[in-house]
Amino acid sequence: MNRAEIVAWAEANYLDLEFTAARRWLAEEPGRKAVGFLPVYAPAEIIHAAGMLPVGIHGGGDRIDIIRGDAYYQSYICHLPRSVVELAVTGRLDFLTGALFPSTCDVIRNLSGMWKVMYPEKYSRYVDLPQDFAKGVGGDFWTHELRELVHDMGELRGSPITEDELRKGIGDWNRRRALVRKLYAKRRDEPHNVPTDELYQLLRAGEIVPFEEFMTMAQAYLDVCDKDGRRPRDNARVIVIGAFCEQPPLGLIRTIERAGCYIVDDDFLIGNRFLTREVDCSGDAVRALAETFLNHTVANPIVYERDADGKKKLVGERLRAARAEGAIFSAPSFCDPALLDRPMLQAGAAREGISFISFKYAENTGQFQQFREQAGTFSDAIKLWGNV
Amino acid sequence: MSTVVRDQSQELQKQLISGYFDSLSTANEDGKKVVYTFVPGNLTELIRAFDLLPVLPEINALQYGMRQKTGQFILDAEKAGHSEDVCTYVKADLGMIRAGNIGPTGKKLPKPDLLLLSYTGCYTFMKWFELLREEYQCPVVMLHVPYQGDGKISPAHRDYVVQQLKEKLIPALEELSGKKLDEDRLKEMLKLSAMAEDDLVAVFQSAKAKPSPIDAWFGGVYYIGPMFTAFRGTQAGVDYYKLLRAEVEERIRLGKGPITPEGDMNQERFRLVAEGPPNWTSFREFWKMFYDEGATVVASTYTKVGGTYDFGFRHDYTRPLETLAEYCGECYTNRNVPTRIDMLVKYVEEYEADGFIINSVKSCNSFSAGQLLILREVERRTGRPGAFIESDLVDPRYFSAANIKNRLESYLQMIEARRAGGHVSGLEVSP
Ligand code: SF4
Ligand code: SF4
Repeated sequence: MNRAEIVAWAEANYLDLEFTAARRWLAEEPGRKAVGFLPVYAPAEIIHAAGMLPVGIHGGGDRIDIIRGDAYYQSYICHLPRSVVELAVTGRLDFLTGALFPSTCDVIRNLSGMWKVMYPEKYSRYVDLPQDFAKGVGGDFWTHELRELVHDMGELRGSPITEDELRKGIGDWNRRRALVRKLYAKRRDEPHNVPTDELYQLLRAGEIVPFEEFMTMAQAYLDVCDKDGRRPRDNARVIVIGAFCEQPPLGLIRTIERAGCYIVDDDFLIGNRFLTREVDCSGDAVRALAETFLNHTVANPIVYERDADGKKKLVGERLRAARAEGAIFSAPSFCDPALLDRPMLQAGAAREGISFISFKYAENTGQFQQFREQAGTFSDAIKLWGNV
Repeated sequence: MSTVVRDQSQELQKQLISGYFDSLSTANEDGKKVVYTFVPGNLTELIRAFDLLPVLPEINALQYGMRQKTGQFILDAEKAGHSEDVCTYVKADLGMIRAGNIGPTGKKLPKPDLLLLSYTGCYTFMKWFELLREEYQCPVVMLHVPYQGDGKISPAHRDYVVQQLKEKLIPALEELSGKKLDEDRLKEMLKLSAMAEDDLVAVFQSAKAKPSPIDAWFGGVYYIGPMFTAFRGTQAGVDYYKLLRAEVEERIRLGKGPITPEGDMNQERFRLVAEGPPNWTSFREFWKMFYDEGATVVASTYTKVGGTYDFGFRHDYTRPLETLAEYCGECYTNRNVPTRIDMLVKYVEEYEADGFIINSVKSCNSFSAGQLLILREVERRTGRPGAFIESDLVDPRYFSAANIKNRLESYLQMIEARRAGGHVSGLEVSP
């Protein structure tokens, strides 16, 4: 497969709000089931271990008109939940047997309850991530939550999930995470060969297509990036911070890149990379999955920051790891987690003399002129003056 | 006679709160250590058991809001880089710190020696104390209270909180105070808590009388003051609630309506249930709109943010840590949307309300996200109309008095029309 074919496949899935790939997979064999999950992090491997299809629910972006979703949300609430509701009330999520709502923020938390009211016949679960990180405290709590989830997923599919299935499911997700990390490393090292709009659509496809299909396509993409080298440009290397839940429109990602920036690290679809190392599946796999969460997640506003200086250090650390020259704080409007975090991160960036710009977007933002100007000026300044 | 009795509890409440702020202003000189924490999940008895002083930043913001001082604080915080989109309590607090950390009563507030992040019912709490940690460079204890995703507190969730109390919080408080936890003392305090809670519930439930002797939202804010700040578990708290209850019972006997800043509410024309917090910057003006229409709020959810007692929860001194854990999980904003709907339906029915009003505050996703669905569901289940108002807690830019008044009047007219047999549906109000 060549790059154009892979990208076309990814784009088709990204654009498809009917979730055709998932529906096709369900139709292939009677009894198959799919379970959705909202951002930011949900243990999707448990759904996978049950032989069901995990489906990331990321709203409808700029590809859906909100007709009924607005009747559920006030104007000062972010856009994501209204497009999720729009997808739901228009029947586009009917193929899901259940949905998981992680403890990302109070909007998704409350949506979990709204779901129970709107779809009492469907399975839904609030997934409360631990905010205590001691093995015998938060570790026990999270293990307990995961075991309940394992139990529920077993019930949903009709038979208990075995230990072997869990080990295999979690092991598969280890492979998936490793592959995604490879893609990110490749982009960091050769951003000219891995444009973010392509990588992003690939990962978006990965949220809805079956596991093996994604693994095949992602590996194929990595291979073509190796083969079909492009010429680097004199772009500024930037990291994009804050877009971890409501996703930016693809046009915004492209605008940043076309304005002369290489995105070399970001938070998009961060759930894919939330755990930063493989889960040891040799023993009690659920316990191992829980304990991996305690100490090996990315720093993200949905998890309590234990290090008093952690927020301040973060931008510099990420910048250096990505060999970037500047940071773009890009958060959804009305997003508490991103916007409450932002002043702390910016103070840290300022402390280290890191150049940054900031803006807000909504998933359905359609005008990019202002972003183009801002990002263009930013990249010019970096190229001219370096990271000052 | 009744005037004197009435004034007594108001006077006592005022004394308690101002005495509390006085004690904060001299905390450093008195050698008292200070623990900042939040109203939902406030562990006042535990903090007090170590002779530490609790400070509640939401109360400071609220009090400043009532004094119309928060507008400038918020602007200052926004100028310093805080987003206009986020909770205004946080920005009011940060603005207040920048202005010298003078409390709402004009007296200095002590810096925290510990930030007890009771992570209950609100995501913003986590960010708020991460931000304060940067201001004060002091330790934080995160107490994670699981959300009632399934509408209940499971034993595992309770045990998780108890473990955190045992392994993190109590050792931190012991270190800060230099004292070991005296469990007997804690138990004594919890006994007092339950006594005061009984009386508080009786006060709230007095609103089932017709006319209601209390306003359970605007007036309720005063009633919960001591309970939600620093007086749970104290004899002063018990005395206050006993007195308040006696006054309220006397008002029932006399067939009197609630006390309002405009005087006694003489004619109860409408009985309403309220969801969400009131607005603080125009609190009196807002209340007057209800007063002018003869509308009394007979039950409110906001008065349950620091603990929901009217469905049976009481602090149980025989299980001190478990009861504290359960208390944290019971707070209103830690309840899921179906449970909130059930509560509102119950209130509308049991308090025989004509309808309900939702004040949706821009600041607060914890309350606001889902309220439009709540509106429709409560209407559907009770058959009674709801009104939807939008404002904010402490940001005066989001309180549009004329609009709100107008819509409130229209809403109440609709209720009247319904009484007369006309068709009624809900009403949405935006600023
Ligand atoms: S965009 Fe932000 S506020 Fe909205 S649901 Fe996601 S995390 Fe919550
Ligand atoms: S978001 Fe709501 S509950 Fe949280 S601090 Fe702000 S007003 Fe309070």
